[in-house]
Amino acid sequence: MSGASAEKRGYVLNMGPQHPSTHGVLRMEVHTDGEIVTRAIPDIGYLHRCKEKIGESETYFKFTPYTDRLDYLASMNQNHGYCVAVERLAGIEVPERAEYIRVIVAELNRIASHLVSFGTYGLDLGAFTPFLYAFREREKILDIFEQMCGARLTYAYIYIGGVMRDITPKQLGMIQEFVDYIEPKLDEYDRLLSYNQIFIKRTANVGVLSPELAIKYGVTGPVLRASGVDWDLRRDDPYSIYDRFDWKPVVGRGDVGSVGDSWDRYMVRLREIRESVKIIRQAIAQVPIGPYQAKVPPRLKPKYNEVYCRTESARGELGFYLVADGDVHPWRCKVRAPSFSNLSVIGELAPGLMIADLVAVLGSIDVVMGDVDR
Amino acid sequence: MAMKIEEVIAEVMEIAGEGAVQEELDMPGPVLRVPRESLAKVMPLLRQRGFDSLMALSGIDYQGMKKYKADAGDSLGVVYHLFSFAERCKITIKVWLPREDPQVFSVAAIWPTAEWHEREAYDMFGIRFEGHPDPRRILLPEDWEGWPLRKDYQMPTEYRGIVHRDEEGQA
Repeated sequence: MSGASAEKRGYVLNMGPQHPSTHGVLRMEVHTDGEIVTRAIPDIGYLHRCKEKIGESETYFKFTPYTDRLDYLASMNQNHGYCVAVERLAGIEVPERAEYIRVIVAELNRIASHLVSFGTYGLDLGAFTPFLYAFREREKILDIFEQMCGARLTYAYIYIGGVMRDITPKQLGMIQEFVDYIEPKLDEYDRLLSYNQIFIKRTANVGVLSPELAIKYGVTGPVLRASGVDWDLRRDDPYSIYDRFDWKPVVGRGDVGSVGDSWDRYMVRLREIRESVKIIRQAIAQVPIGPYQAKVPPRLKPKYNEVYCRTESARGELGFYLVADGDVHPWRCKVRAPSFSNLSVIGELAPGLMIADLVAVLGSIDVVMGDVDR
Repeated sequence: MAMKIEEVIAEVMEIAGEGAVQEELDMPGPVLRVPRESLAKVMPLLRQRGFDSLMALSGIDYQGMKKYKADAGDSLGVVYHLFSFAERCKITIKVWLPREDPQVFSVAAIWPTAEWHEREAYDMFGIRFEGHPDPRRILLPEDWEGWPLRKDYQMPTEYRGIVHRDEEGQA
């Protein structure tokens, strides 16, 4: 079709900012030709809360709770990323016990986040039931977190130098009970949604992301792995104590379509839950006795230093570029958010998709707008 | 294509010419500060040498920073954190830009992920990227005034009829 006729028949559709499938306040300017998307331009910033500015004006400790609100579905992972960055910046040694507790809660939160992704993805494509299943399971994780730190969504549990409170044997028992419970459920999800014919028709071969394009656009996390790139920061740029556990990053295989399609992105997350369960089981068995906090002065004043520290959040590479200048505030606190870069690739994937498939692709990328807009 | 990081450093230092400095920092991978004129040559070279991933691109304002008081003065800067998947090594490139004319070569054509990161640096610091395909604000509204992450930024008291008051209730 020539450009002129596209012009004549083209129609611009405004998707969002309150569209149910945009997972928050994202607006997309969708240029269409009939049912086919010719161009999609994301418009972000509706949830911008000046996190980097706040980071520069608060002390190192006081910024921890703000990191919860970046990617609010995986707050523990955000806390973890920030604390690891500050500890590298100031040269703080974290006690062994705290490291184990951190890994346990971070992996639990990864499971919770992937469960939300699983549930809402079904919802996006018209399957309501999986959503209820996913939230039923997630509730159990939130109950555990509530026991541990009193909060259900924004925890500020992982602290600079350790964790806020010690973990009790009862809580460890709850976690053990949960991992025993969730594993068989994953087979149930496969029967319920993953291998459902309608679901496969909606997602297989839709929005195929090649590994080259993914790397060019700075796509990370499950989305990158779904494209066949065997890359996980927990293994490949190790932080904390992830190198002590026996587990494997999950890579997309194109089981029902081609590598890097929406189904693969969905499936990588579901399979990652099993890997997180493996890590949690090993960590529970190994938690040592000892202190859970290092002695860190409350008015932390690191001398001039810079770090770029990246950790594997539930959505990909969460990087903090921190610059210290001998003051109680960091001089610069840049947050490299995984969802921000992951979303930027949608402009490349959109042309040629059906409008309804755009929703399928967006859902499979699994962005959290709090993370995109910061 | 095996890459030796020492060779890359030497190549960059040569191509960047006068004014290029290797900073001593305890970071994985070298930290090189290059003159902004050389960036259009340095960045394609690094891409060619295997740095296929731009992890982060950050704007920064050095005005008032104790460490760089003597040499950076009130410059702005851009910091590029690069990574090579094949070689598993990192390199950090910095440029300093004069406050009156913060303009620098855009790397969006080399690493498309920079397109949004550069828009953000423009949005927050007013840094202009030459050759950027879509130089607009990204997080803030189009009609926002000023560059919020600059150190001399003054909070506006009003935006489109919405009045901002401080803790004492003053507009």
